[in-house]
Amino acid sequence: MQNVKVITGTSAAAEAAKLADVDVIAAYPITPQTTSVEKLADFVANGELNAEYIKVESEHSAISACVGASATGARTFTATSSQGLALMHEILFAAAGMRMPIVMMNANRALSAPINIWNDQQDSISQRDTGWIQLYAENNQETLDLIIQAFKIAENENVLLPIMVNLDGFILTHTVEPVEIPEKEKVLNFVGQYEPKHAYLRPEKPMTQGALGDPEWYMETRYDVQQAQDNALKVIEEVHDKFAEKFGRAYGNGLIETYNTEKAETVLITMGSLCGTIKDVIDELKAEGKEYGLLKIISYRPLPTEQIKEALKGTKNIAILDKDISLGLNKGALFTDVAPFLEAKTANYIVGLGGRDIKKAHIKEIIEHVEKEAKDTETKWIGLKE
Amino acid sequence: MARQFPREELFAPGHRGCAGCGAAIVARLALKAAGKNTIVANATGCLEVMTTPYPETAWRVPWMHVAFENAAAVASGIEAAVKSLKRKRGLYEGEKVNVIAFGGDGGTADIGFQALSGAMERGHDMVYIMYDNEAYMNTGVQRSGSTPFMASTTTSPAGSVIRGENRPKKNMPMIMAAHGIPYVATASISYPEDFMNKVKKACEIDGPAFIQILQPCTTGWGYPASKTVELGRLAVKAGIWPLYEIENGEYRVTYKPSKRISIEEYLKTQKRYRHLTEEDVEEMQQLIDHKCQEMGI
Ligand SMILES: Cc1ncc(C[n+]2csc(CCOP(=O)(O)OP(=O)(O)O)c2C)c(N)n1
Ligand code: SF4
Repeated sequence: MQNVKVITGTSAAAEAAKLADVDVIAAYPITPQTTSVEKLADFVANGELNAEYIKVESEHSAISACVGASATGARTFTATSSQGLALMHEILFAAAGMRMPIVMMNANRALSAPINIWNDQQDSISQRDTGWIQLYAENNQETLDLIIQAFKIAENENVLLPIMVNLDGFILTHTVEPVEIPEKEKVLNFVGQYEPKHAYLRPEKPMTQGALGDPEWYMETRYDVQQAQDNALKVIEEVHDKFAEKFGRAYGNGLIETYNTEKAETVLITMGSLCGTIKDVIDELKAEGKEYGLLKIISYRPLPTEQIKEALKGTKNIAILDKDISLGLNKGALFTDVAPFLEAKTANYIVGLGGRDIKKAHIKEIIEHVEKEAKDTETKWIGLKE
Repeated sequence: MARQFPREELFAPGHRGCAGCGAAIVARLALKAAGKNTIVANATGCLEVMTTPYPETAWRVPWMHVAFENAAAVASGIEAAVKSLKRKRGLYEGEKVNVIAFGGDGGTADIGFQALSGAMERGHDMVYIMYDNEAYMNTGVQRSGSTPFMASTTTSPAGSVIRGENRPKKNMPMIMAAHGIPYVATASISYPEDFMNKVKKACEIDGPAFIQILQPCTTGWGYPASKTVELGRLAVKAGIWPLYEIENGEYRVTYKPSKRISIEEYLKTQKRYRHLTEEDVEEMQQLIDHKCQEMGI
């Protein structure tokens, strides 16, 4: 029998961490993430989850404690958003450089100033180069499914990198949707027990971790992280396929998902919950006999450039939608990352900053613009007041 | 008493500290007292840099460095993981694993203060050792909140108008005691038995413990490398560095100099105080006298 609960995205994330039987959680509240760590606290308080729950005094300490716990061989989870993620910034590098398979849920939210608790993706995008794997969920079911997969990907010996699973603040964190909760046994069986062969902080086998790496050594360690990111491309696909086989839910190839791209000359690229809106618009236009496509990025880091290129062969117009902006360049991150290797005409659309609503009409406006008027590499802000 | 501590060195010789570095003595003595079943988290600073230039390490116990301000938070995670793995997977069965965090005065009293306060308040079973050389040494002798009154550092220099550091030293042990933790102590590298006994006790106690150890630093203080142990002793004898412990709220002096020496005898050995006038020394003496009276020394 299927166990379907109608829950928010943050609850879905908490359920996933519980299903993966995490050993240590370090948590600090921030809207719109808070309800996930509250839920986890409930699980621990009620004995539903056997874990150490560290009530840290800041996000900086949350991620620091996660690094310590992960290095001691514990399966480790945390969650944050926006300012909290920014406060973690320094330690995100350390977590990746020290190859800690921590899994973190990030509720995408804008950064101050002005203070704004609503959704955009500037927070996680700003952590792009920390070495973390970044996955983006379209809905609450995908949030749960990605977090379960994230543990298996992160702990893979050829990867050993921390993973950030992103979901759009409020749009997913505070919206209830039916989510199928798999059986714990089945999930544990899929994820497996965390048996780190590289576990260093064991008195019977003393190891020094986080040493000073001078110019003789530093570059090689960065290269190692790059290789792990490269390896992750394959591992993400494999884990996705196994997950699909076992749980009956698939998301493209695990790295990207295409929607009606084969027939379309014009394709939109974006990530996160916006993909749902775009799919609706595509369906509506299809009913009118017009063919448009979507390429959804699930794995932003590592970025599956070959797969994206392959999927968009023969496409004429590409609209890249970014919920973030690189100020001073006037381009979104996804655009700067993806456009250089695409052969079509590409234009960049900055959308939804700080929770600005993105309506179907906006998507139609973008489609029309990219088809008829857009110049290659143009940037257009959508929904901006005059 | 000293014979109860093993000969085995868990802190290996051959590190890159300055000749006469007191921080190395801190680590060596602390590990002797704690023993093998210990995991160390170390803040950025001299101790970290001098002991672990990859691929070398001076640590014969598991050791981790993450950043400057988070040794206490990293140790919190280590301690939580040990607990969780013990409970869920039967690891470390019947064993006591000591979790020790080392931080310099900057990494402890300044930038790492919040993480330390959090870890102590949460009651993690760990020993936090603040090795106090009274300056940021790794970046080259800048003042910290633990730099003493009138000491000259590169960011609190003695000039024609300002007489070095213009603020008194932050009272870390008392702040830690106010957290209500079971064990707080001060120590000096020149009283090794006293220090090791305190580390041992701190390890055995269930819950958080904080030890602040004065660590003479040849480079920051400006004295010949052979004088480290002597300076540590002078500080205690002059009463500027009282040795005490606070166990479950009970305050106890652990070493009382039979006769206090003048503060001048301590100050004159170091370049960081060479700008002081007679009046300055007198002012300092009065402050110390007052403090010693308060502390029963
Ligand atoms: C966030 C951050 N700010 C500044 C530094 C630079 N930094 C490294 S060590 C250090 C001083 C360390 O002083 P202390 O904690 O007293 O230890 P010591 O070097 O004296 O042993 C500073 C300022 C850093 N590593 N990280
Ligand atoms: S500067 Fe001071 S603390 Fe640092 S290594 Fe030299 S003597 Fe030791």
